[in-house]
Amino acid sequence: MQLMIPERERMARSRMEQPQYKMTVNGLDFFYGDAQALFGINLNIPVNRVSALIGPSGCGKSTFLRALNRMNETIPATRITGKILLDGRDIYREFDDPSQVRTRVGMVFQKSNPFPKSIFDNVAYGLRVNGIKDKNLIVEVVEESLVRAALWEEVKDKLDHSALTLSGGQQQRLCIARALAIRPEVVLMDEPASALDPISTSKIEDLIGVLRQDYTIVIVTHNMQQAARVSDRTAFFYEGRLIEDGPTKEIFTRPQKKKTEDYITGRFG
Amino acid sequence: MMTHDAMTATEQPSAQGRLDFRRKTRGTIPRGLAFLAVMVVFALLTIILGSIILGGFGTISWEFITHPPEQGMEAGGIFPAIFGTVALVFLMIIAAVPVGVFTAIYLQEYTRPDSLGTRLIRVAVNNLAGVPSIVFGLFGLGFFIAFIGGGIDAVFFPAQGPVWGQPAIIWAALTLALLTLPVVIVSTEEALRTIPRELKEASLALGGTKLQTIRRITIPQATPGILTGAILAVSRGAGEVAPIMFTGAAYYLPYLPTKLNDQFMELGYHIYVMATQSPDVEATKPILYGTVLVLMILTVALNSVAILIRSRMRKRRVQV
Repeated sequence: MQLMIPERERMARSRMEQPQYKMTVNGLDFFYGDAQALFGINLNIPVNRVSALIGPSGCGKSTFLRALNRMNETIPATRITGKILLDGRDIYREFDDPSQVRTRVGMVFQKSNPFPKSIFDNVAYGLRVNGIKDKNLIVEVVEESLVRAALWEEVKDKLDHSALTLSGGQQQRLCIARALAIRPEVVLMDEPASALDPISTSKIEDLIGVLRQDYTIVIVTHNMQQAARVSDRTAFFYEGRLIEDGPTKEIFTRPQKKKTEDYITGRFG
Repeated sequence: MMTHDAMTATEQPSAQGRLDFRRKTRGTIPRGLAFLAVMVVFALLTIILGSIILGGFGTISWEFITHPPEQGMEAGGIFPAIFGTVALVFLMIIAAVPVGVFTAIYLQEYTRPDSLGTRLIRVAVNNLAGVPSIVFGLFGLGFFIAFIGGGIDAVFFPAQGPVWGQPAIIWAALTLALLTLPVVIVSTEEALRTIPRELKEASLALGGTKLQTIRRITIPQATPGILTGAILAVSRGAGEVAPIMFTGAAYYLPYLPTKLNDQFMELGYHIYVMATQSPDVEATKPILYGTVLVLMILTVALNSVAILIRSRMRKRRVQV
């Protein structure tokens, strides 16, 4: 029975009007105090695809990303208007608590931020705060998440070591494992490889390529080659506005807007 | 403009000369003064510590620290005062640390830093730190003993004499806790402020609630800072006489405090009593020196215990 429900749900969803979109953003405005940071953003995020957000520093792409899991609420004096739907449910009005949104929309940060705890406890953290107490289940999910984040082989013999003993690239993959452990449907990544060396970066990029089969991924990057390599769709932000979005190939080969072309050809930014 | 330029041009050599002259003195005089100031402090400290150690060392013995005073304090030991001081400090910490820590968490995590309410609380905390300690003593007498203690007596023990509405170790400890509260609040806030925002965000992004984040990430990370606050509170509180002289410290007691509403003897107050109330000051002098030395050693020891706990915690935090 348990297995039947998602199947039926998927069937029902495929009959709905926009079955291919995991998240839908409508008329999103965002303010830090009196300063408006986002202006009327409309964007669809397709399911099981990688969407890249590109644009120069300060264009609002990170702010937009953090709106998708209500992370901006942690900053005082911010205000948001418009709608963000997750499977058709408004994440700001139809969820009681931001933590309920965040268990479904996970996040990986720019700077790897493991807790000063053991490797095991880092991955188990999300399970524990969400009320999972079954020790065997936790052990099982921790291993599975580390395998998915391509870190298991490197850490399986030292799960009780401090996460801070890992290298920068390993720490970031640990943060990905930690985010995957709570079984999110969407994973937001805020420049996940910007502080890493080229080898670690390519590991993260390979990982994104694998994860897209099971997760909907939204990635912010200032590295346009990276956007071209890993994403299916690309959205270009400039001065708080969404200038253009579409299939990555088209954005990079035949941009419709002058601004987009100037940016991807390196004329500014 | 023209004339001004011309003037500076002609005066330049002499100005340059003056500047050179100043540069030579600028180094030596302030440096000399600074050295003198350091020497004054060092000399004073040496004289104070030296005279206490010289005067008190001979008095200290096993007898002295394990026996009560005898013969109107001209003989015997100071055990009840040592016991009372330690008990007082522990009760004070038990009262001050939770209140101070929760205040700091509230200020740091639940209020906007620039809001009027937060600023008012901060001003109040800072002013609390500036209130003379004798005022705390009078406040403790009026609020804890007369109002709270008296209130408890009126409701629960109307037929008896004062049970709680009299000087007692609990009221002295609470008064002292009020005095040391700002220290705990400020150092806890300092510790909370240094916790990286990224760690809290990581917890929230994993579906942790604000409360879970504070309990599982923020407080464990801030523990060494909180203990620093406790250490400073001990330093500030142990040895304060003014807040406890009206609220619980006794001139002389033949028994040790066993209940929260007992009075107690305390080292600082005992020193005050011996120095000012003794019929034969010369006879009590060695005991006085010894008591001062014990108080100093005890304060250092209480601090060391807290520092030891803190460094253990720091080590554990890095290893795990």
